[in-house]
Amino acid sequence: MSDHPATQSLLFGRLTLDALPLHEPILVATFAVVALGGIALLALLTRYRLWGYLWTEWFTSVDHKRIGIMYMVLGLVMLLRGFADAIMMRLQQAMAFGGSEGYLNAHHYDQIFTAHGVIMIFFVAMPLVTGLMNYVVPLQIGARDVSFPFLNNFSFWMTAGGAAVVMMSLFVGEFARTGWLAYPPLSGIAYSPDPGVDYYIWALQVAGVGTLLSGVNLVCTIVKMRAPGMAMMKMPIFTWTALCTNVLIVAAFPVLTAVLALLSLDRYLGTNFFTNDFGGNPMMYVNLIWIWGHPEVYILILPAFGIFSEVASTFSGKRLFGYSSMVYATVVITILSYLVWLHHFFTMGSGASVNSFFGITTMIISIPTGAKIFNWLFTMYRGRIRFELPMMWTVAFMLIFVIGGMTGVLLAVPPADFVLHNSLFLVAHFHNVIIGGVLFGLFAGLNYWFPKAFGFRLDPFWGKMSFWFWVLGFFFAFMPLYVLGLMGVTRRLRVFDDPSLQIWFVIAGFGAVLILLGIVAMLVQIFVSIRRREALRDPTGDPWDGRTLEWATASPPPAYNFAFTPVVHDGDAWWDMKRRGYQRPTEGFRPIHMPRNTGAGVVLAGLSTVLAVALVWYIWWLAALCFAGLIATAIIHSFNYHRDFHIPVDEVVAAEDARTRLLAARS
Amino acid sequence: MRRLRTLALLPLLALLGACNFVVMAPSGDVAAQQRDLIIVSTVLMLLIIIPVMVLTVFFAWRYRQSNKAARYDPDWHHSTQLELVIWAAPLLIIIALGAITWTGTHLLDPYRPIGRVAAGRPLPEEVRPLDVNVVALDWKWLFIYPEYGIATVNELAAPVDRPIHFRITSSAVMNSFYIPALAGQIYAMPGMETRLNAVINHAGDYEGFSANYSGAGFSGMRFTFRGLNAAGFEAWVDRARATDAMLDRPAYLALARPSQNEPARRWGRIDPDLYGAILNMCAEPGRMCMNEMMAIDARGGLGRAGIHAVLPALDAAGARVGAVFGPGPGFVPSICSVEEAAAAAIAARSRTSLAPAPTTAPVRGAGLPRPSFTPAAPATTWLGGSRRPSDS
Repeated sequence: MSDHPATQSLLFGRLTLDALPLHEPILVATFAVVALGGIALLALLTRYRLWGYLWTEWFTSVDHKRIGIMYMVLGLVMLLRGFADAIMMRLQQAMAFGGSEGYLNAHHYDQIFTAHGVIMIFFVAMPLVTGLMNYVVPLQIGARDVSFPFLNNFSFWMTAGGAAVVMMSLFVGEFARTGWLAYPPLSGIAYSPDPGVDYYIWALQVAGVGTLLSGVNLVCTIVKMRAPGMAMMKMPIFTWTALCTNVLIVAAFPVLTAVLALLSLDRYLGTNFFTNDFGGNPMMYVNLIWIWGHPEVYILILPAFGIFSEVASTFSGKRLFGYSSMVYATVVITILSYLVWLHHFFTMGSGASVNSFFGITTMIISIPTGAKIFNWLFTMYRGRIRFELPMMWTVAFMLIFVIGGMTGVLLAVPPADFVLHNSLFLVAHFHNVIIGGVLFGLFAGLNYWFPKAFGFRLDPFWGKMSFWFWVLGFFFAFMPLYVLGLMGVTRRLRVFDDPSLQIWFVIAGFGAVLILLGIVAMLVQIFVSIRRREALRDPTGDPWDGRTLEWATASPPPAYNFAFTPVVHDGDAWWDMKRRGYQRPTEGFRPIHMPRNTGAGVVLAGLSTVLAVALVWYIWWLAALCFAGLIATAIIHSFNYHRDFHIPVDEVVAAEDARTRLLAARS
Repeated sequence: MRRLRTLALLPLLALLGACNFVVMAPSGDVAAQQRDLIIVSTVLMLLIIIPVMVLTVFFAWRYRQSNKAARYDPDWHHSTQLELVIWAAPLLIIIALGAITWTGTHLLDPYRPIGRVAAGRPLPEEVRPLDVNVVALDWKWLFIYPEYGIATVNELAAPVDRPIHFRITSSAVMNSFYIPALAGQIYAMPGMETRLNAVINHAGDYEGFSANYSGAGFSGMRFTFRGLNAAGFEAWVDRARATDAMLDRPAYLALARPSQNEPARRWGRIDPDLYGAILNMCAEPGRMCMNEMMAIDARGGLGRAGIHAVLPALDAAGARVGAVFGPGPGFVPSICSVEEAAAAAIAARSRTSLAPAPTTAPVRGAGLPRPSFTPAAPATTWLGGSRRPSDS
């Protein structure tokens, strides 16, 4: 790696053959596996002539359902990468005792924990959450698509482009060695001259555009495209949480974009926003990044809360307890999430009054959150609870999340935070809420809505295997970290002196292995379910005796979602329709106006991704070319007047008649 | 209080007796009070957490589908009384916790001078705190004892029951100064000063380290904190004084070069201005100190001339990489007189042709007198990094 910008070539910028990590056997082996797997996949796609199908039906699709599924696939693939980082860290920390350096050097280890955090938040949790919202929200509000279908496709590809930039850093050059929020001055050019931080910046900037646009899209969709009769206070609770989350995205992500732009100005143009000298102030960065960062955790958890609400109500066979207080709690959390960011750095030396203020606002958030927990509890009360997989995840969440909530409030007490900040206690806390809250919610949602998306349920046996491995693995992996935090062990350490700590890291490593089995079981579950799809098939479109509109249509839903836009009279619209003896219309169909697929999103996102890589490696001609290409493509796309088409009435009739026959055959 | 503490610790102790729970059993009064807060808050929250967990399991069991004996009421979804309880119960707990937080945060403000040696033992009038200046370097800790004229690396000592007043800064990147047995941590940031007041109550060797990731050598950024009795501390100081080495600016600049896993070192003599120079980022010769720069700025600055008063960095810190389209790393030279500035500029121009054309016009703002610089009194107004001790 060059230490001086003088060694740039005109053609390749600072990219040289040295950037390939040939001296790292772990990376060479990984690259070999990824390359072979990739080649095999490409060969299979070519062999079965799937390229055309993928391009026309998926990559260029503006159908919110297809885009939602693509988001989920992206999230699950990146989960494997993020988890590989996790288990490598656990192995290193379990080994590096008694003078042993472990098997990772500082250069590699520091990249791994940075990449783990970045990938898990931006490229696992975010795509999974966005994917579920994309899939479910339009169905729940009785819409045919989102407000801006093309924008939706573009957003997805920008997120995927950001993920591609992070993945590229694994094999070309290096990733940031700064921790997942890249605090300056460490992330400044003076202390991190290598391209790692630039990969970080441009990956997040590219993905950030996608996230922001999909936020705008979903807010518009929820506000403007609800079925007639669905007043705000009759919206399904998942839609409410999606609305709040997307409002948070629209308000918070520009801050991230701005702060990363300032950091890149420091790194590229020599400005002094966050440098040590010339009036720069790194504390400004820490404040700004957490003004995005704290709302971000609510961006992730609110949809999970929504999923738990839907699941608890459906599987208890009972209306959600305290719908309005649930809505108010969500809104209160949305607002309060902007008033707590300083609790991430009580130790920076703000005064006692400032620290107390932010500590107490943080605690106040636990009141609406506590109310939500009670609402789920009393939804179960006097219910008839069916312990299907989604409900199992929900009960596990309720038991695990309260522990994480408790340690979170504890960390909000500034004097307690002074001794626990940056310790493994903190690491245990946020994994407790992110895994026990967000991830369990996503798994509940995955099991809950999978039959809607594909027409067959997920296999319960492997689902239960996955569930128990995850839950046990969680306890084994993170309870030792709570203990270690109380023993004063800080995070991101690569080697240890005190041999009495080792046993705890070994237990945590064992927990990580259990979680690995949980992930494997989940993949097996998906694979087995596809194999057994005929046995698991659900012809009704309503396998769980659901309550909201998405269960009113076929599974998988037709491209147009609903042949006739439903009219809503009650909060649990579908439950209400079923009770009032709703008869599905079987005639009088009309052509349906739909948006047309376009490849512009793929092209724009592809150009942005290449632009990002060119900027990372200082390949200025390529960057300029891509930028010009972006502008040109955007202008050309704006002249595309063939944006829509009508699904002919014959096709609608055929699809609806097929469903009529299916339903009749069952009864 | 004491009983609660024992109760909360019992199950842990039974299970994990062999382990050193330094956060839960510290040796300094500040850390002990912080521990007490952890326990009180945890117990307060368990008041609501435990019933919730029990109810979750109970409801999940009682209302399972196969239990036809349980009442099923699919339309029951509202109860004003219950709603009141589920909002009020967390609210009450948070009110209690908020009150504890407000007082605890103010009483345990790291900037607040120590008021007592330990519970029930007020601070004697005549005891003055031990001043220690702490510098986080890449990747080791430098401790300067202005009162004794000594300095150490990766070894810190303090007499038992005498308050310690730390002034903390960093040379390069952000770190966090943390001795779990003594008191909570506080960030160490370059060009800024944070403070920490603490007292150690039991003699012994404790572990200190950086609690904020700071780069490749972070794992080895550990030091020993020795709590010594008065005689032991005197002996320790004498041993340090016996080393003839002098920590002046050249020695400091050599020390400041990045290095990992440094053994403990001592200096018997120090440059008394060194800490102020490190804090104001002017330990390297020829640099203008930040407090001097800020004093100039506060009086209206140097105007246009100030833009040109930057020289390329070619000094002991090594040539760092600059931004690709930026001016390259540089520094603001100290200004002694017009003649000296001009000479420095000419010398710099002969070193490199990249240097911006320096101005030879008088660099004194609007004809103001040159501000005075006393390194012994470090910047006290630099943003939030440093301020008066809280008196609330």
